[in-house]
Amino acid sequence: MTATIASRGTGPRPRLQPTGWLRYFSFSVDHKVIGLQYLVCGFVFYLVGGALAGAIRTELISPVADFMARDVYNQVLTLHGTVMIFLWIVPVVNGAFGNYLIPFYVGARDMAFPRLNAVAFWLIPPAGLLLVASYFITGAAQSGWTAYPPLSVTTPATGQIIWILSVLLLGGSSIFGGINFIATILKLRQPGLKLMQMPMYCWAMLGTSILVIASTPVLAGTLVLLSFDIVAHTGFFNPALGGNVVVYQHLFWFYSHPAVYIMVLPAFGLVSEILPVHARKPLFGYVTMVYSIMGIVVLGLIVWAHHMFTSGTPPWMRLFFTIATTFIAVPTGIKFFNWLATLWGGRISLNSAVLFSCGFIVNFVLGGITGVALAQVPFDIHVHDTYFVVAHFHYIVFGGSVFIIFASVYHWYPKFTGRMLNEDLGRFHCMLTFIGFNLCFGPQHWLGLNGMPRRVSEYDPQFTLINQISSVGALLMAISTLPFLWNVIQSAISGKIAGDNPWNALTPEWLTSSPPPVQNWAGETPLVEEPYGYGVPINAIDLSATSGRDLWRSGK
Amino acid sequence: MTSTLPVQSKSADVKEQVEKQINKAHGDHRIFGLAIFLTADAMTFAGFFAAYLTFKAVNPLPEGTIYELELLLPTLNTVLLLVSSATFHSAGQAIRNSNHGRCRLWLLVTAALGIAFLTSQMFEYFTLPFGLTDNLYASTFFAATGFHGLHVTLGTLMIFIVWWQAREAGGRVTANNHFPLEAAELYWHFVDGIWVVLFVIFYLL
Ligand code: HEM
Ligand SMILES: [Cu+2]
Repeated sequence: MTATIASRGTGPRPRLQPTGWLRYFSFSVDHKVIGLQYLVCGFVFYLVGGALAGAIRTELISPVADFMARDVYNQVLTLHGTVMIFLWIVPVVNGAFGNYLIPFYVGARDMAFPRLNAVAFWLIPPAGLLLVASYFITGAAQSGWTAYPPLSVTTPATGQIIWILSVLLLGGSSIFGGINFIATILKLRQPGLKLMQMPMYCWAMLGTSILVIASTPVLAGTLVLLSFDIVAHTGFFNPALGGNVVVYQHLFWFYSHPAVYIMVLPAFGLVSEILPVHARKPLFGYVTMVYSIMGIVVLGLIVWAHHMFTSGTPPWMRLFFTIATTFIAVPTGIKFFNWLATLWGGRISLNSAVLFSCGFIVNFVLGGITGVALAQVPFDIHVHDTYFVVAHFHYIVFGGSVFIIFASVYHWYPKFTGRMLNEDLGRFHCMLTFIGFNLCFGPQHWLGLNGMPRRVSEYDPQFTLINQISSVGALLMAISTLPFLWNVIQSAISGKIAGDNPWNALTPEWLTSSPPPVQNWAGETPLVEEPYGYGVPINAIDLSATSGRDLWRSGK
Repeated sequence: MTSTLPVQSKSADVKEQVEKQINKAHGDHRIFGLAIFLTADAMTFAGFFAAYLTFKAVNPLPEGTIYELELLLPTLNTVLLLVSSATFHSAGQAIRNSNHGRCRLWLLVTAALGIAFLTSQMFEYFTLPFGLTDNLYASTFFAATGFHGLHVTLGTLMIFIVWWQAREAGGRVTANNHFPLEAAELYWHFVDGIWVVLFVIFYLL
């Protein structure tokens, strides 16, 4: 037994840990504890970011700046974007679900580097507190989550430096996480588990981690240079001193475009785990799914300058980046058709997890279409820095990632806690979120097309009505978190007992008790095999000729 | 595949075999993790290099502010680092032959070369005709070489730690288990490799 475990390289054994609920508040090295710590911490910051969004939408109810001063508005806007991206979506779709699920999916008892894992998580709360506290102590950064110079060099320095420090910590956390995921997936796989047999989320996390390793350090280096500009008065990006602002944009977007995929690729993986279970069908087109993930990774790294069409980029560059960006629609489209084909003809149970997944598919298709539109230079020049862009990226990050985070919570909650969530409340939450979301961000396309600029607290009165509709949508979304919060707390205390495998799923996290024991499986690790071998109709196949694995792979 | 190993056997032979295997599995993924980290580190440098090359391409300096960099010290520095890669390798060879004394000696030589590099870089900094805030090139030059110097400093510290761990008895670096040494060695080779690229981009191009 010892030898078997050692040869699988499960990493250092966890030391003696506090047990019970206390361990969720301590420096634990158990990947499941760390995963839930990421989840809860991220959700707290989601509430913070949501409150900030509420403040923004309140200001925008009327065309004049009557709710807050302009520089306060800028601070709130900057905090909202930064908190939502770096403290909510990225840590949760990667850190929370990645840490919880990946060791199960590769048949390991923990991540490759458990202590590094804990360090990666514990960088987040201080960084987040630092960021939010800056608002109250010195005033937060005012230059938006992109921190474009010269604005970021000329606005008050203290808030901006704190912002940089906080983002550097979060970037470090994300890099440590990426190292851990790649090492776990590639080195700790069960003997015999081939790459092409892993559950899809492993592929998604592998692709995401490659993006993290390739792009996050560039952002870190850039922000260090920016901080030199601020404190040492160097002139990297400060035109007043001969610096070049466009180079900042290149370096920044070399990270921040891939960051979009760091936020949605894991969501793609999660939805690929959820749909087959609830449709009782194999994941359609496994191999094409894998290749499309890798295609997105490669293309995602070479399209950054589509954010810079109006920054004086030369025409050849515009052409290249337009074409490359448009091509991303191909692998993304493949994934969509595969999800639809997975649902097609399945015995779908319309529970909350599936409803949120379907909401994701709808929203993300809309966001994707506006994305392809934005990749075309003439159109982008027309709507650049208008609310059209705001609508587009919220359809991606909120309609995509956030919907999938909720779907995943509904799907894996029984595993986390051993209890079921209330389905009626869940469906209510989903309906309210979906309506609120589309009411809030749908009309913003119109605002943008008609020329309302983003990042302003005052606007032309002709946009008043649409902005008010949008704010009502935001209010609905805010309300929609209440049934969710009630549900997760109430169900943890007195929800229906779930049993080990309430969905009759085949992926290995369900082959252990709920919640799982410290080393994931009480006895031997079960083999990770045919994670999607659901309900293949008997008469459709020749059982003697084909193994189940070939079936789910070919997606029949 | 190794589940047939008779772990319960008290034979020292088998025990050692198991231990070796455990070390191999762990060492294996730890070095792999370090390699990923170094890839990330390389991307930071790549960002600096890309920024410098772009500045050069699109921000020509005003007349009369062009500085030629002296090549003597940086060439010497390149040689120092390349030699130190070889001496670090020798330290690794020595420990694999269980020769602790030799290993520690080579480590000290490597550390000395690292310190010589840093001294020489300091000297170069003080004799340069430009300062950190003079212009884009100057700033990027200091950012990249300074960041590299930070790496050399960290690497030298690591060498001293490994040197301490490679003590004859009770040390953590032995012939069977020399992960710290291997890790430091990989890191050191990486830092040397980056220097060569940096040398080409900043001094020769
Ligand atoms: C809770 C619902 C949300 C509402 C009502 C909301 C609303 C807004 C509004 C009104 C803006 C200002 C747009 C502008 O003037 O440029 C904004 C900006 C932004 N939002 Fe949201 N948002 C929400 C959720 C999210 C989520 C989940 C993310 C996740 C990444 C996000 C990321 C951003 C970013 C990056 C910006 C740009 C900030 C900047 O320009 O610095 N938002 N949001
Ligand atoms: Cu982009």
